[in-house]
Amino acid sequence: MVKEVMTSNKAVAEAVRLAKPQVIPVYPITPQTTISEYLAQYVADEKIDAKYVKVESEHSAISAAVGASGAGVRVFTATSSQGLMLMHEILYAAAGMRTPFVLADANRAISAPLNIWNDQQDSIAQKDAGWLQIYVEDAQEALDTTLMAYKVSENPDILLPSMVCLDGFILTHTVEPVEIPDQEIVDEFLPPYVPEHAYLDPKDPMSIGNFADPEYYMEARHDMDVAMNNALDVIQKTCDEFAEKFGRKYGLVEGYKTDDAEIIYVAMGSLCSSIRVIVDELRAKGEKVGLLKIRSYRPFPVDAINEIVKDCSKIAVVDKNFAIGMGGALYGDMKLKIDKEIYGFITGLGGRDITPEALNEIYEITKNGPENDVTWIGLKEE
Amino acid sequence: MVNIGCVIKTPGNTKNNKTGSWRTFKPILDKESCIDCDNCILFCPDSCINKQHDIDYDYCKGCGICAYECPSDSIEMIQEESD
Amino acid sequence: MVDIPDKNLLAPGHRGCAGCGASIAVKLALNALGENTVAVSATGCLEVMTTPYPETAWEIPFIHVAFENSGAVASGVESALRIQGKDDVNVVAFGGDGGTVDIGLQSLSGAMERGHNMTYICYDNEAYMNTGIQRSGATPFGASTTTSPSGVASFGEDKPKKNMPMIMAAHGIPYVATASIAYPEDYVNKVKKAAETKGPAYIHLHQPCTTGWGFPSERTIEMGRLAVETGSWILYEIVDGKFEITYRPEERKPVKEYLAPQKRFRHLDDELIEKIQKYVDAECKELGL
Repeated sequence: MVKEVMTSNKAVAEAVRLAKPQVIPVYPITPQTTISEYLAQYVADEKIDAKYVKVESEHSAISAAVGASGAGVRVFTATSSQGLMLMHEILYAAAGMRTPFVLADANRAISAPLNIWNDQQDSIAQKDAGWLQIYVEDAQEALDTTLMAYKVSENPDILLPSMVCLDGFILTHTVEPVEIPDQEIVDEFLPPYVPEHAYLDPKDPMSIGNFADPEYYMEARHDMDVAMNNALDVIQKTCDEFAEKFGRKYGLVEGYKTDDAEIIYVAMGSLCSSIRVIVDELRAKGEKVGLLKIRSYRPFPVDAINEIVKDCSKIAVVDKNFAIGMGGALYGDMKLKIDKEIYGFITGLGGRDITPEALNEIYEITKNGPENDVTWIGLKEE
Repeated sequence: MVNIGCVIKTPGNTKNNKTGSWRTFKPILDKESCIDCDNCILFCPDSCINKQHDIDYDYCKGCGICAYECPSDSIEMIQEESD
Repeated sequence: MVDIPDKNLLAPGHRGCAGCGASIAVKLALNALGENTVAVSATGCLEVMTTPYPETAWEIPFIHVAFENSGAVASGVESALRIQGKDDVNVVAFGGDGGTVDIGLQSLSGAMERGHNMTYICYDNEAYMNTGIQRSGATPFGASTTTSPSGVASFGEDKPKKNMPMIMAAHGIPYVATASIAYPEDYVNKVKKAAETKGPAYIHLHQPCTTGWGFPSERTIEMGRLAVETGSWILYEIVDGKFEITYRPEERKPVKEYLAPQKRFRHLDDELIEKIQKYVDAECKELGL
């Protein structure tokens, strides 16, 4: 085990090196680009024994990934923003074909207007594609989650692809110290991928990606729902096994000072680090406040959330995405699944700074009772 | 129940689907006059004429390509009669 | 002569129309390639008629993902096989003309440019047949389709066919060929050459469609033959950049003989037929037929 200072993009690339995928079709896009560069260099230096497929678009990246995973090998790809939007159709195909590979998404805003900075609209727009989505808070979590994602996705009870979501620039281009696990222990934790449900071998021919009429389609989609629900348990068990092997604990969600909290912030990704600071400051002033960090957004961990929010009085959901006319996606899901007094806040779109003042404002508004269910925070006044 | 991802692990099992029921004209091959050119075998869209020039009526859809492409006029298309 | 295998690798019972040219195209290709082959298909007639779950007509491994990406899917499959040391497995991708020259062009271009060791076969029936005969970039001048219909102010498709094989040749790949299902020996030889080629190979296969072109089902092969005998479709190959005609009709027939039996051309008057004849003559002259 070594410790190095690196960006989250490098941490993801290190995890990929350790996970030993055999095919890596990837296309560069800001702010994911350095992942594609690191991996190209690792392959060039024989640090990974993989085919690096220099595709001409994200659409072909995901298509080649499905082809390679369908052929039976471990696969990695990565993208961001417009790239993920271009992949949209094939994201659904990848899940429906049950190809369990891993994609890292460097979260970035969506056009128009064109914007390269961070929010989470890109991956949120794919929330219903049938992929597991895990949002990470820092570089270490990016590395660890990428490794765990393979183990979860490849579990025979799951067989759905995973998207590891890391905030663009905030994580992808800032450096932190990261522990890089030893290959031997990773190999124990994550053995080679040996698929039984689908592969392409002339000695045992099968047809994959078939046509299903109304007699079969619903069952195929229902099976995906079952698998997604199975993932709740498998993710937790995988986190536990990871903690045992590597000493770092993760879960579906994480509560911070929530035990006696009356108001709980709910957020995903790097924003949680900022909210922790605000929670500490508010606590110092005697406010009973906490943070619920959602790591696993898909599957959506209703029981784990309820366990943490059961005794609070109000919930402030902080979204870095927006469903036009509806509020944030996380807010919408919380309203649908959690029986509590819940308010939504839209922040940080297109890289707008989420300041301490903004987070304090969210607390104040929630405490005093908002005028609206959904409030935009940080909008410039006319 | 469906296979995971609707994968099909029984290669060539469209053979369960007897497309011979589509047929309205039936090819009758006369092996006496056949000159073994193999045109009928090569051009059959349904792979239902074997090396011995036997026609598998379970699958023959009656398209008539075999008769049309037969240089020795050894295949005749006759109207199917209803049972 | 074309070898007749004991077992066909495209099984009967598939849902292709009676007289389906695409079935002939794929059957001949698979039988030439043999069992040690993985097939990829774009969405289209071929995929829909051969894999209605829980049945498949494929006797070899098969994968389909979407309409516009069979080049990229094949790239992934090829990469996965090679990294596992399976260098002897043939990878063949099939796409219709729509899936190849229109919506799948970028994906195919990338696959060819990257040098994957695979064969791509475009089965060109000159329109989107699976969805009901809409025009594609491969629809020839004068053909009436459901989206380029003939009418009072229209004679059908008003642009010539996109020259896809030459676009592929411009990629500098080691093997490009045109073929026709009506010339199985020529076609099968080209499939075998393509498979033996180290690197990407592209075959553009002319494939008459009884339903889409409007001719009786028994004349599928005859239509292919007439296309070639009139010079409307020219059989050639380009090996390592060297162009060669592989079949020369003894005497080129007038294009009218090819057009007349087809419903899609039935509205054409003598003037338009003459225009098509001149277009074909120019093409033949250019390629040295």
